[in-house]
Amino acid sequence: MATPLLQVEHLEKSYGDVHILHDINLTVATGSVTVLLGPSGSGKSTLIRCLNGLEDFQSGQLTFSGEPVTPSPKVWQKLRQKIGMVFQSYDLFPNLTVLDNILLGPLKVQHRAKAEAKEQAIKLLKEVGLADYQDSYPRQLSGGQKQRIAIVRALALNPDFMLFDEVTASLDPEMVRGVLEVLRNLAQQKMTMLVVTHEMNFAREIADQVVFLEEGHILEVTPGKQFFENPQTERAQIFLNSMDF
Amino acid sequence: MSWIVIQQSVPVFAQAFWLTLKLSFYGIIGAIILGLIASFLRYFKVPVLRQISAVYTEVSRNTPLLIQLFFIYYAFPEIGIKMSATAAGISGLIFLGGSYMAEAIFGGLKGVAKIQVESGLAIGLSRWQLARYVVFPQGLTLSVPAIAANVIFLIKETSIFTVIAIPELTNTALDQIGLYYHTDESLFVLVIAYAIILIPLSLILTWLERRARRGAFGN
Repeated sequence: MATPLLQVEHLEKSYGDVHILHDINLTVATGSVTVLLGPSGSGKSTLIRCLNGLEDFQSGQLTFSGEPVTPSPKVWQKLRQKIGMVFQSYDLFPNLTVLDNILLGPLKVQHRAKAEAKEQAIKLLKEVGLADYQDSYPRQLSGGQKQRIAIVRALALNPDFMLFDEVTASLDPEMVRGVLEVLRNLAQQKMTMLVVTHEMNFAREIADQVVFLEEGHILEVTPGKQFFENPQTERAQIFLNSMDF
Repeated sequence: MSWIVIQQSVPVFAQAFWLTLKLSFYGIIGAIILGLIASFLRYFKVPVLRQISAVYTEVSRNTPLLIQLFFIYYAFPEIGIKMSATAAGISGLIFLGGSYMAEAIFGGLKGVAKIQVESGLAIGLSRWQLARYVVFPQGLTLSVPAIAANVIFLIKETSIFTVIAIPELTNTALDQIGLYYHTDESLFVLVIAYAIILIPLSLILTWLERRARRGAFGN
């Protein structure tokens, strides 16, 4: 088996006395889509945030591209260029135009040539159908447009791995489809992704594996199709039954 | 109240008017610079300097300008620091205003949404880049209203300069009263003079606040 892109071993996370994540073990294969499911408060967001250093953790080992990760601000700053993240709230920088939002990372962090970075940014904007908006400010865009641009902003760094934390959860229903379409295309291009979502039909469609989390424990890791047809745990079955899809 | 007296006192007050404006200008510019430095020391958690800045803020905010001026003008010469009344006045205003400006600016920086900071980190920005491209542009915009309030406050504080005999507006009015007993007229001109400075300035600052906000956030 090829080296997995990401391996998480025995990760433990707590806030003070509150234990949030218990003995998390997880392997993400290169080019695969992992969907993280679970009731709210189960620790999905915390887990995904641990994977790019926005949250620290007390113990456990992360291995990215075969290299063990020693958490420190410097290490995370480097790794974040390889691990893109998109949040629930479309969080573009309001003081910058769409293009400047996208180019900030490539130019200032990666010190790439402006012409080349801009060309790529425009190509990415075209792919998400927003090429006409490069000079707009975030305030002039709808939520769905902003979210697609936030995805482009992360992709502009040419990451190997993308984390999506409920990226459609605060969008109007008619905006959701466009954003999911972008994720679907990424999956087809074999981008390695870890997706937290409540869009169950979408999850069933794109998940290579489903990780089911409850109260900070991984209850099961199951291939995508199998999870939705025949989950291993009763708890997951109850969860699936409770979802309307 | 005599209009003749008022007319005759206008040239004297005009001089005081410009002096008040000049002292305020230097004092406010200095206070903003000091405030930026103090708030950045705090924001970047610079060791030692941050503690010094905290002590300065407490001392500056919790003592009256009157006492600060006495120290600078009367006590400092004892330790070899001599300066003119004007320089002492400006120094006092900077000492007082610096901490108020620092609070205003730091408040703005703290007010930048956490998600903005996190999305900056998520694209690999360093701490300094995050400050430069995300936190400062947004935070300084957020602090404009508080800075504007301090500007007005500091201009009014120049009236305390009268205690070290700087011939600004208040000092001039008291002088005129002392010399000629034209109390009503002098106080009337004094109020008008402050109003001429402060009312238009207040309107301009309100406009500026709106513009800055629109520029950075679009609302």
